[in-house]
Amino acid sequence: MLKNRIIPCLDVKNGRVVKGINFVDLKDAGDPVEQAKIYSDGGADEICFLDITASNENRDIIYDVVKKTSKKCFVPLTVGGGIRSIEDINKLLNCGADKVSLNTAAVENSKVVIDSSKKFGSQCIVIAIDAKRKGDKWEVFTHGGRNNSGIDALEYAKQMEENGAGELLVTSMDRDGTQVGYDIDLMSKISSKVNIPVIASGGVGNLDHLVDGIKLGKASAVLAASIFHYGKYSIKEAKEYLDSKGIPIRI
Amino acid sequence: MNVTIVDYNSGNISSVINSFREVAKDKVNITVTTNLNKIKSSDKIILPGQGSFKSCVDALNKINGLSDALNEFAINNKKPILGICVGLQMFADIGYEETETKGLGWISGKVSKINDQNGKYKLPHIGWNQIDIIRNSKIFKDIENKSHMYFVHSYEFIPEDKNVISATTDYSSNIVCSVERENIFGTQFHPEKSDKFGLKIIDNFINL
Repeated sequence: MLKNRIIPCLDVKNGRVVKGINFVDLKDAGDPVEQAKIYSDGGADEICFLDITASNENRDIIYDVVKKTSKKCFVPLTVGGGIRSIEDINKLLNCGADKVSLNTAAVENSKVVIDSSKKFGSQCIVIAIDAKRKGDKWEVFTHGGRNNSGIDALEYAKQMEENGAGELLVTSMDRDGTQVGYDIDLMSKISSKVNIPVIASGGVGNLDHLVDGIKLGKASAVLAASIFHYGKYSIKEAKEYLDSKGIPIRI
Repeated sequence: MNVTIVDYNSGNISSVINSFREVAKDKVNITVTTNLNKIKSSDKIILPGQGSFKSCVDALNKINGLSDALNEFAINNKKPILGICVGLQMFADIGYEETETKGLGWISGKVSKINDQNGKYKLPHIGWNQIDIIRNSKIFKDIENKSHMYFVHSYEFIPEDKNVISATTDYSSNIVCSVERENIFGTQFHPEKSDKFGLKIIDNFINL
C-alpha cells in the first residue's frame, strides 16, 4: 500500500537555511546540503528546498546547492521559489532537482503550467498554493505571501489539476509559523476537490498536527520545517509516531 | 566495464546519472550519450524515461538509428538493459497515454492508465510503496520482499506473459513494477530515488 510521506522543508536564502515566522524575522541556521543529507539519512521521504528570496536576489547560489545536494541525497528533491519560466525549470532539473514547485508564475501565467507539464511531465510539476482565509473561503496569495490575487483557492486548485499539475503543495498563510496546526478545513476541502495528491503545509507545532493533516486533512504528504529544523523532533520520531497512530508510513 | 545511460531527451535524467555514478565510483565507467557506436559497444545500457509514453517514444524516434541500435543491443546481442519508469513501459507493444503509440515491442503487452476506481485512488501514484517480489530477479539480490521503492506514474505496464513479472505493488490493483526476461530488466519505480535499497538494485544491475 502507498505510504503517506513526511517532507522536511528547508527555507534557503543566499545558500543558507532559514525559517521565518509568518514569512518574516529570519534566523540563520545552517548549510542546506548538510541538513538535507541528515534528513534523508533519517528517513525523510522527500526533501524540499524553498528559495525564499529568489525573486529578487542572485539565483545562481540555489543551483549550486541543488547540484551538491542531489549528489548526496537519493530521495526526491523538490525546489521552489522564484521560478518564472520553462528555462528556470529546465536549469533546476538539470542541476538534479526531481520536481519544481511553482507559485507566483502559475497564478500570473497558467501557460507555464500547461507547457512545463507537457515538456517535463506532470510528475515534476508541483503547484504551491499560498492560501489565506477570507470568510468561508480562501484566497490565493503570490510573491511570498505579499500580494493577494483575489483568486478562490479551491477553484484555482481544480484549474491547476486540469492544467497538468502533478501535486499541490497547499500552505495556509494564517497558520504558517504559528505552530498551532494545519488549516484542516482548507486541506480537506482542496484534497476532496482534486484527484492529485495534496501536500499539507503551514502551522505544524507537534506530531499530532502531522497525524491530523493526513487523517482529517486527507493530505497524501505532510510538510514541516521548524519542528524538524530546530531539532524538536527527528524525522524518525515523527515516523514512529505516525506509525503508532495507524498511518501507513515508510519505516 | 562500460555502462551507458541513453540520453534521448526523455526528460530529467540527472538523478539517474548521479545515482549510477555514486554506485559505480571509479570501478565502472558511466557514460551519458546518444552516440550510436558508443551505445552498441557498451556492456550495459540504462533506458530512462519521464513524461508521457508518447513523448518518450517520439524523442527516441527523433534520433536517427537509435531504436535500431537498441534492438541490436538488447534483442540480437542480448546484452543487459535496464528500463526505468517510462523506459520500462516502452518495452511494450503499445501505449495509450495521450494517443495510441507503438512501443519497442520487446515484451508483448500494453501500457494503460491505472484504474483510479472513480477517484478512490489519486493519480499520479506518487510516493513510497512496497514491492511484492513474486519471482526471483537478479536485480533483487539482497533486496528484502516488501522493501519500499519510490513511484511516480499514472500508467501501468500490463505484459501478456505474466512470467516476465518479477514484482508488483499494490495501488488500486497489483501493478507490475518490475520485469525480467533474459537480459531485459525494467522497473516502474525509480531506483535512483529509492534511497539505499534503490542504490542496491542499481549495484546489482551493474554487477550482473
